Formats: sequence, structure tokens, C-alpha cells
Amino acid sequence: MTKSSETETMRLEIESRSHNEEFARVVAAVFMSRLDPTLEEVDDVKTAVSEAVTNSVIHGYRGGPGTIYIEASVRGKELTVSVTDCGVGIQDVARAMEPMYTTDCTGERSGMGFAFMEALMDQVQVRSQPGRGTVVTMKKLIGG
Amino acid sequence: MSENPFLYEAKGRVLVIRLPRELDHHNSRNLRYETDLLLAENYVSRIVFDFSRTVFMDSSGVGILLNRYKQMQRSGGSMAICGAKAPIRRLLAIGGVANLVPQYDTKEAAMAEGGKNDDEKQRD
Repeated sequence: MTKSSETETMRLEIESRSHNEEFARVVAAVFMSRLDPTLEEVDDVKTAVSEAVTNSVIHGYRGGPGTIYIEASVRGKELTVSVTDCGVGIQDVARAMEPMYTTDCTGERSGMGFAFMEALMDQVQVRSQPGRGTVVTMKKLIGG
Repeated sequence: MSENPFLYEAKGRVLVIRLPRELDHHNSRNLRYETDLLLAENYVSRIVFDFSRTVFMDSSGVGILLNRYKQMQRSGGSMAICGAKAPIRRLLAIGGVANLVPQYDTKEAAMAEGGKNDDEKQRD
């Protein structure tokens, strides 16, 4: 078991491919298992990670090649996960985070990605620079 | 990996789409194309999304459902969800789908309800 003062970390580097979305969320779920989470907490984190990685694949790299970095840490009962891409970035982060807002023209995207992350995690922070990339950092207290 | 994640079953005017275990962006890539083909070739007045084997969903799933819902609304048809377990139901609620699309425990109930509606429409 983790002592409350210790921080444990992991870092994963994956290619920006849609089939890696599942891989990323499963790794996050396994990493957080050291906090003895409930099934609901695991589901929440898996969905939130899936949203962030999907955003990087679809929007950050626009379906093209690129690398996505997933870092996670636990300190006490708090889980922090960050998903970073070096893609096109987001022009207007506040607008991108509005529920139902999407730049997708096919009608298949709900525009609910950030809304899901915010509903399922305690804290979501997005830092982005157009042309440089995006970092999404999410925190959740497990068993809190 | 090459296995088609969706199973389609047509009974009368009802199209049942059995969703994969993991309903995410990757697994839902072909759904739009495939359902558009099926809707073009068959007279479908109700789509039932069968979640009975689905254990994971993210907002990609919500996008699919909302898009199909709008499509059925435009054509005067209806849509239903069956077999969704508690974690999926929660996400359907967060995504606003639960308010729009009726949910049933079994596929049979979801299909039968569509038949009833059709009968009622015909009587009108």
C-alpha cells in the first residue's frame, strides 16, 4: 500500500491511433488499482482518460501520426492523470469546454468530451497553445 | 481486431443494433456508414440499441446515439435502448440521452413497444 506522503508515478508514450484509446484507459485503470478504488471510480477514470486520448487522436493530430503522453501519479488518495499531445492545439479553450461544442462536421461527435471529464473527475485543467499542443490534467480523490 | 463490433438484426420495421463490449471512438468508426446503408435499403421505423454486452462507453457512444436519434426524428421513426447496465445508464444520463430515448430491460420489450407505436399510428 502507498504511504500517504509518497508519490508514485508512471509515464506512458503511445502512438496516436484510435485503437490505443482502449490501451491507455486500461493502463490508467491498472495504475489506479493501488488505491483500492470502487468499480464506479475505475469506470469514471477510464471514461475520462478515453475522452482526453480521443481528443488528441481526433483533434490534436487530426487522425494523423503523433505521440500522446499519459502520465499518472498517486499521492495519498489523490489520483492525477495528464494527457499531453503536441498537435494543433485549441484556439479557444473556454469555448472547446462548452457542452455540445464541437468542430466536427460529420454530426457523429457529441461535443461532450470535456463535459464528461468534468462530470467524472474532481478537477480538469486544460492548457493549450495553438500549433504547439494540449495538456489535459485531471484529478480525482479515490475513496474520499 | 478485424471482427465487426456491431451486429445488426432486422425484424419487420425494427432494426436492432447490438453494440460492442467497448463503445468508444475506435469501435464506432463504421457504424454511421453501415447504418446509413441499412436505413437506405430497408424500411426501418424503429432502431433499438442493444447494450446487453456493453461494459464501457464514452462520449463517442453518446454522439452516435444522438445522431441516430435526430435521424429517426426527421424520418418520423423512433429509437430505444435496451439492456444498459448501471454504469452505462449513468453516462446516458450525463450525456442527456436518457431524457430523449426510452430504456427497456430486454430487447423484446424495446422491440414490442415499437410495434405498439406503429399500430397506434396506423389507427390514427
